[in-house]
Amino acid sequence: MTDTKKTDPAVTLPAQATDSPEPLLKVTGLTKHFPITKGLLRRQSGAVKAVDGLDFDVRRGETLGVVGESGCGKSTMGRLITRLLEPTGGTIEFEGKDITHLGVAGMRPLRRDVQMIFQDPYGSLNPRHTVGTIVSAPFKLQNVTPEGGLKAEVQRLLSLVGLNPEHYNRYPHEFSGGQRQRIGIARALALKPKLVVADEPVSALDVSIQAQVVNLLDDLQQELGLTYVIIAHDLSVIRHVSDRIAVMYLGKIVELADNKSLYGEPMHPYTTALMSAVPVPDPRRRGAKSGRILLKGDVPSPISPPSGCRFHTRCWKATQICATQEPPLLALKAGHQVACHHPENAPDQAPDDKPLPGASDAVTTATD
Amino acid sequence: MTDPTTKTGETGALNQPYDGAPSSTAFLDVRDLKVHFPTEDGLVKSVDGLSFTLEKGRTLGIVGESGSGKSVTSLGIMGLHRVGQYGRQRARISGEIWLDGKELLSADEDEVRRLRGREIAMIFQDPLSAMHPYFTVGKQISEAYRVHHKVDKKAARKRAVELLDRVGIPEPHKRFDSYPHEFSGGMRQRAMIAMALVNNPELLIADEPTTALDVTVQAQILDLIRDLQKEFGSAVIMITHDLGVVAEMADELLVMYGGRCVERGTAEKVFYEPRHPYTWGLLGSMPRIDREQTERLIPVKGSPPSLINIPSGCAFNPRCPYADVPKGNVTRTVRPELTAQDDTGQDGTRHWSACHMSQEERTRIWTEEIAPKL
Amino acid sequence: MLAYLIRRIFAVLVMLLVITLVTFGIFFLFPKLIGTDPALYFVGKQSDPAAIEGIRQKMGLDDPILVQFGKFVVGLVAGRTYANGSDVTQCAAPCFGYSFKTEQEVWPLLLDWLPVTLSLAMGAVVLWVAGGVATGVVSALKRGSLLDRSAMGVALAGVSLPIYFTGMLVIALFSDQLGWFGRPEASFAEDPGRWFNGMILPWVSLAFLYAAMYARLTRATMLEVLGEDYIRTARAKGLTEPVVIGKHAMRSTMTPILTVLGLDLGALMGGAVLTEYTFSLHGLGYSAVRAISEHDLPVILGITLISAFFVVAANLIVDLLYAVIDPRVRLS
Repeated sequence: MTDTKKTDPAVTLPAQATDSPEPLLKVTGLTKHFPITKGLLRRQSGAVKAVDGLDFDVRRGETLGVVGESGCGKSTMGRLITRLLEPTGGTIEFEGKDITHLGVAGMRPLRRDVQMIFQDPYGSLNPRHTVGTIVSAPFKLQNVTPEGGLKAEVQRLLSLVGLNPEHYNRYPHEFSGGQRQRIGIARALALKPKLVVADEPVSALDVSIQAQVVNLLDDLQQELGLTYVIIAHDLSVIRHVSDRIAVMYLGKIVELADNKSLYGEPMHPYTTALMSAVPVPDPRRRGAKSGRILLKGDVPSPISPPSGCRFHTRCWKATQICATQEPPLLALKAGHQVACHHPENAPDQAPDDKPLPGASDAVTTATD
Repeated sequence: MTDPTTKTGETGALNQPYDGAPSSTAFLDVRDLKVHFPTEDGLVKSVDGLSFTLEKGRTLGIVGESGSGKSVTSLGIMGLHRVGQYGRQRARISGEIWLDGKELLSADEDEVRRLRGREIAMIFQDPLSAMHPYFTVGKQISEAYRVHHKVDKKAARKRAVELLDRVGIPEPHKRFDSYPHEFSGGMRQRAMIAMALVNNPELLIADEPTTALDVTVQAQILDLIRDLQKEFGSAVIMITHDLGVVAEMADELLVMYGGRCVERGTAEKVFYEPRHPYTWGLLGSMPRIDREQTERLIPVKGSPPSLINIPSGCAFNPRCPYADVPKGNVTRTVRPELTAQDDTGQDGTRHWSACHMSQEERTRIWTEEIAPKL
Repeated sequence: MLAYLIRRIFAVLVMLLVITLVTFGIFFLFPKLIGTDPALYFVGKQSDPAAIEGIRQKMGLDDPILVQFGKFVVGLVAGRTYANGSDVTQCAAPCFGYSFKTEQEVWPLLLDWLPVTLSLAMGAVVLWVAGGVATGVVSALKRGSLLDRSAMGVALAGVSLPIYFTGMLVIALFSDQLGWFGRPEASFAEDPGRWFNGMILPWVSLAFLYAAMYARLTRATMLEVLGEDYIRTARAKGLTEPVVIGKHAMRSTMTPILTVLGLDLGALMGGAVLTEYTFSLHGLGYSAVRAISEHDLPVILGITLISAFFVVAANLIVDLLYAVIDPRVRLS
């Protein structure tokens, strides 16, 4: 959503550039395991490996899209980098400062710089507070008096997100879903954050309203120089809003690439399958769909994820090595990292390996 | 067109493009369907004069946003509009629903009940809440079979297992005795489909069947529904907010707004030559996975109308970017009627739209102003 | 399943032990608080110090509380021998000690009173579940109708009127005035016919109170269930309305009712005090009140423990039934 993506692709920043400026957010080996307890004594009997070793950067001014199916850990990741959750392992650096285990007090100054927008515009606003109170809450929490007074600032914010500033004294239920999401955005932007993490910001909204909010986020980024991490399950929305995209599967990033590179030449078989599954709003394409990949079965449980590559149980390219060795996330091309032994659109990382029995049956192609 | 004085919503029946024939040759023929719910705040006009036809073996996609009346339409056809959201108050339903030569709204309640599940079956959005948590999946399927067939438990079980197998559930014998919570989301939706198809229904209504599912599972389910339709030759009504889903599934498309149809035609026509500004808005709002990043989305301004105070005249008027385009001697407060611009072909393949702008004007706007930006 | 059951029963036993300890502690402290000596209860206030000392020795009243508690628990399980030199008294298990008042063993007394309470509670339960649930279901189905509103009006009255009021009213009307039903005078063993006749008024009065609550609960639950998606699915399958309501909706409606029923039943086993008093039924509740007024600590302790046992046991049964009704509740 920055200017760069709309210009010549050659200008796009390469993902692995060593001389690139310090990233806004740097995540290394991030893990979050939720313990499962059993019995009277609450002994730990296992863990949901929601996020299991993530490495990525968020660069200043960009939009990083994070996409994956339910249970892939994308929302947990969002809560970890905004420190609403305590990581089990790994580090999170914000502007070079380690914030991995900061307590509530330590995080307070950071709350100004990192804000979150939630999916549910109904659940995340207190119904008993007026819009004015909701949007001014961050100022009060941080003990900041904005220039020109609180009320004037809140009204400025309301008009910034396209709401009528006169509606300062109204309650959330008096607004529609889209307007409520705007209130959530106004609240998030109150303290001029540097990083905004949005978890499914538009998925609860109707199509026509969704577009309004997507455009609003775009405008605000241009105007205020924001950096976004946008988490969504909708690959079309992600394609529209992101500069770079991370694809997650069972707590791991399987592919991380520039927008154009990812959608143009996806390397991970899972990414390919995911994209091929999205229904295209074009009835003429229906006939051309016969080559479509249909994954079988469901995502395995994050309590006991498959060994080696986590996708190997559903992958049609899986070989022996996939079941035993976890593929590292490697840059096989400038600006394109993938964790796969047998990537598409790139040289095979483990040629001549014996295929896993049954791998060829892992998918069907659509019958149409 | 009929006399302009009758062009008000209340007498919508007179305005529909039908000749008032007593029965219909179409397999499903819905005429001027209205479903209104009296509430404390006023009359909620969820569906306010909807007409369409559907033949066997065809799929009709009904598209609209929340509150457009698309789900209430399906419940109305099923005769289930009395339950749900406004359950307390008795819903008022009027119009005609002809299914295979029988009119359902005037039919005896027990007669309609016997059609439910046998000739008309339904797949719901959220299979977890739509299945009874206390009964096994198999039992719920065989129950659906036994209501309409006088068979013993063993035969019903055999039939249910057969269907579970057909919809792609592994080890159907074992899974018959599982409870819904023991299934994954995709498996539950498959079981739901098995339940709907157990009596070989002639009309299948799928209300947002994949909205609660992940995209890879959605692809499996859509593929399954398409397959089964080919096999069973049923008519399918696919209700969804997702234009991608209808583009893949539907032969015909009906776009709903504020409880009424604003555009109807073949999927090809509606996607490539849309004739209603609301349809343009939907197409412009949608981010596309199949295209490179576009500059900006073209959203529809404002929010959907309240179904209690539907704007007079065209319900889309307050949000329409072309509201100010001169429309000859049309009065603003008159509701535009659904009219077919070309009289060729069957009812279902004709292209209907409800807009005061002239067809030439709309064709020009679409080809010159909208299409290039998408 | 079996492991779960064993674990739950173990937990129940632990809980009962804790309850026993707490109650015992309170009753141990009680005489000290009011400044009396429990030994005096046995021998009478005018007795000579030697006799008092003898009782004290025999009952172990000078032991530290934990020792006394230990002996009490052992007595519950294995019986107990009270001895002071040659003065030996044998108390068979389960030994709850001796009544201060009558110097009888407590356990046989409890066994006398329990059947009265039990028969009162059981009869009333049948009536109120049948009446309350049926009323609730009909009210829910005919929501907003005259029937619904009058049923709920009566239910409100039922909840708000105290049992001694309704009890006195029905006695005056049906027993004294009309003479349709007798007072509960005969026991079942003596004359089943008279027993039954005598129990009708207590049953009805007690059931009325509970039926009112159950009707309201059933109605609210049923309305909620009727709004569930799976009820819509049941109708979409073409099931007839009796099947939709009787099978699909009722199954879910019963879950919360069962929970409350388990608790209510457990509590009632400790004695429906007011009902027993109103109808002069000599059950646990009636006896508890009398024991309290007489400071008969061993009897109060016995009744308290037996009530606690029923409440805890009822809870366990409810939990097990839960698992039978709702397959999502996994017993592991």
